[in-house]
Amino acid sequence: MMSSTSLDNLHVGQAPATATSERPTAIQVEDLHKSFHIPTHRVDSLKERVVHPFAGREYRELHALDGVSFEIKQGEFFGIVGRNGSGKSTLLKLLASIYRADSGRIRIAGRLAPFIELGVGFNQELTARENVLLNGVMMGLTPKEVRERQDSVIDFAELHDFADLKLKNFSSGMLVRLAFSVMLEADADVLLIDEVLAVGDASFQQKCADAFHQMKTEGKTIVLVTHEMASVEAYCHRAMLLADGQIQYIGDPAEAGREYLKLNFEAGVEEAPGEQGESRGVRMLDSRLENAGGEKVNAFELGEMLRLRVDLELFREVPTLNVGFLIANADGVGMFQFGIIVGPEDGDLRAGGRVNVDAEIQNPLATGRYFIHCGVQADNGVSIYVQNALSFVVFGTQHTQGVISPEFEIKADVEGGEA
Amino acid sequence: MSADTTALELQEVKGPSALGGGPRRFFDLLWLISVTEFKRVYFGTVLGYLWSLIRPLMLFGVLLFVFTHVLRAASTEVEHYPVMLLMGVVLYTFFQEATTNAVTSVVAQEGVVRKTQFPRLVIPAATVVTSFFNLVLNLVIVLAFVLAFGVTPAWTWFLFPVAVAFLFIGATGVAMALSALYVSFRDTAIIWIVLSQMLLYLTPILYPITIFKEEETLQHLLMFNPLAVIFEQVRVWVLHEPNAPTAVQAAGGWLGLLPAAVIFVGVCCFGAWFFNRAAPRIAEAL
Repeated sequence: MMSSTSLDNLHVGQAPATATSERPTAIQVEDLHKSFHIPTHRVDSLKERVVHPFAGREYRELHALDGVSFEIKQGEFFGIVGRNGSGKSTLLKLLASIYRADSGRIRIAGRLAPFIELGVGFNQELTARENVLLNGVMMGLTPKEVRERQDSVIDFAELHDFADLKLKNFSSGMLVRLAFSVMLEADADVLLIDEVLAVGDASFQQKCADAFHQMKTEGKTIVLVTHEMASVEAYCHRAMLLADGQIQYIGDPAEAGREYLKLNFEAGVEEAPGEQGESRGVRMLDSRLENAGGEKVNAFELGEMLRLRVDLELFREVPTLNVGFLIANADGVGMFQFGIIVGPEDGDLRAGGRVNVDAEIQNPLATGRYFIHCGVQADNGVSIYVQNALSFVVFGTQHTQGVISPEFEIKADVEGGEA
Repeated sequence: MSADTTALELQEVKGPSALGGGPRRFFDLLWLISVTEFKRVYFGTVLGYLWSLIRPLMLFGVLLFVFTHVLRAASTEVEHYPVMLLMGVVLYTFFQEATTNAVTSVVAQEGVVRKTQFPRLVIPAATVVTSFFNLVLNLVIVLAFVLAFGVTPAWTWFLFPVAVAFLFIGATGVAMALSALYVSFRDTAIIWIVLSQMLLYLTPILYPITIFKEEETLQHLLMFNPLAVIFEQVRVWVLHEPNAPTAVQAAGGWLGLLPAAVIFVGVCCFGAWFFNRAAPRIAEAL
């Protein structure tokens, strides 16, 4: 990096490579549209086409990408995130020349190597060496260039002893390693990568991570499509969030990650079905979770306050009513409980009366899905227990270990030592 | 690296196509895939190459029996009937193998088509080239037969590659059309098996074209088939029999060759046009 940067300065007089905005553009996308025609009745034989010449002309149109424009600078590590069906794979396939755009323009500087899936185009019947050659040429190298690199590819994949073994005898881990090595050796100017970071065993993963860092410092342009926010934050300079074929956010990767998680959980979680108890003199009318702003939600950011509201209806008069809640994680393990005893001092507990419970909880829970069970009980036999009355999700950009994630302050002092 | 990346210019990405990535990459890939596929068949099984030889040889054996013992009429007027038959069967096997394998080729390579950047035309073209390698090997056997039957070598043998070239181009044209058609219409495979079988009987392979010399119109009509023209000319060039008419004579003059020429060019152009049109959308249609 150092040497090439000084070269830039000498010859072109450019700003240091870290100022990405002043670098030349590597990928430029302007107003890209792509839709798919999904036939309502698929005609897939000539016979049918002849018998029913006009059948199957009807189709549903699916807009996968709807006016997407962005620019990626040379040397940038760019992340694309989005939920399933947001159009990110379509975008990648358009960039990779696998699909053709309906309208709009894509311009790319230099050679591009797409890795939509590791190891496609591998032929099971051929040896590792032959596959390296084939895949290398598919990625745009000349056969001569590939032959020169063949050994280093196989060495990087740690497959030296298996170079002349047919691929069908390889384990899946070996396959993935081989594919990844081919990709790294392709030496393209722009790399398109679709969720392939989590491959191989731990030591190979470290090798991959090192390789990514090296590509980063070599100033290669990399576009990464993934679900894994951790890798977006770890590697990317900038990230883009796609939703329904449009750009929702573009910029800081951490912010893109947060937006992505919000999008994911706000729309995605359906409430787990609760059993509404009506027997034994009391009924649960309504139960809901709200955020601090009073909106009904079922996804909370790490540490965000929870507000629980439950409405009960009494069918019988009771002296006191004991209302308790248990929050359990997805494994059914209780996290903590809380409750209240409603007595005469709060009002008369007559038949037909209503009890509204309103709780505010400082949420110490780690990320994950949780369920709230609710129990109501009185001395004279009035009782219900509603299992999974509510469920909610706690999300955050960092994956936390353990079941709780309380707020904490931590500091360290360093003393002494020799200069 | 970044020193020279600064010099890179933005270039428009037009999406997938039949020849995407330039002719250099196309031919590199075509050669590599054809050779590896051929090697796979050749070295992959115990009998390897024998299998690809056995098929035309068995067909040859059966036909030879039928036409020399059962239906003698066809074979009596040809000097070297077995050689003519073997030559015809080997050449036709190439055409049939290349086109039949091509039909399903693009769909069979679904993974590659849907997930990599790949000049689409390589796939059907590679099946033709692989079959061509087989043909070259089989022709060695044919040569042995030709010499064993006492056909004397002549300068016209050098024209034989011209006929093979035409056959190759024709097979590529048909392969392009069929492989693209199969993406949307899966019964193309069945239809083509029937059609190619019909084509075998409509080509003067089992019988000499002169069998119809009493019915000139029928003979001229048969010469509408471009394959008939190629096979007839091969018989003249290689076996140089005195009573075998050239394609021109069989068709009743140069004008009689016009329909065959039109069909040949038409099929090739249609194949190229149709494949080229379908290529950008193949990944989506699968």
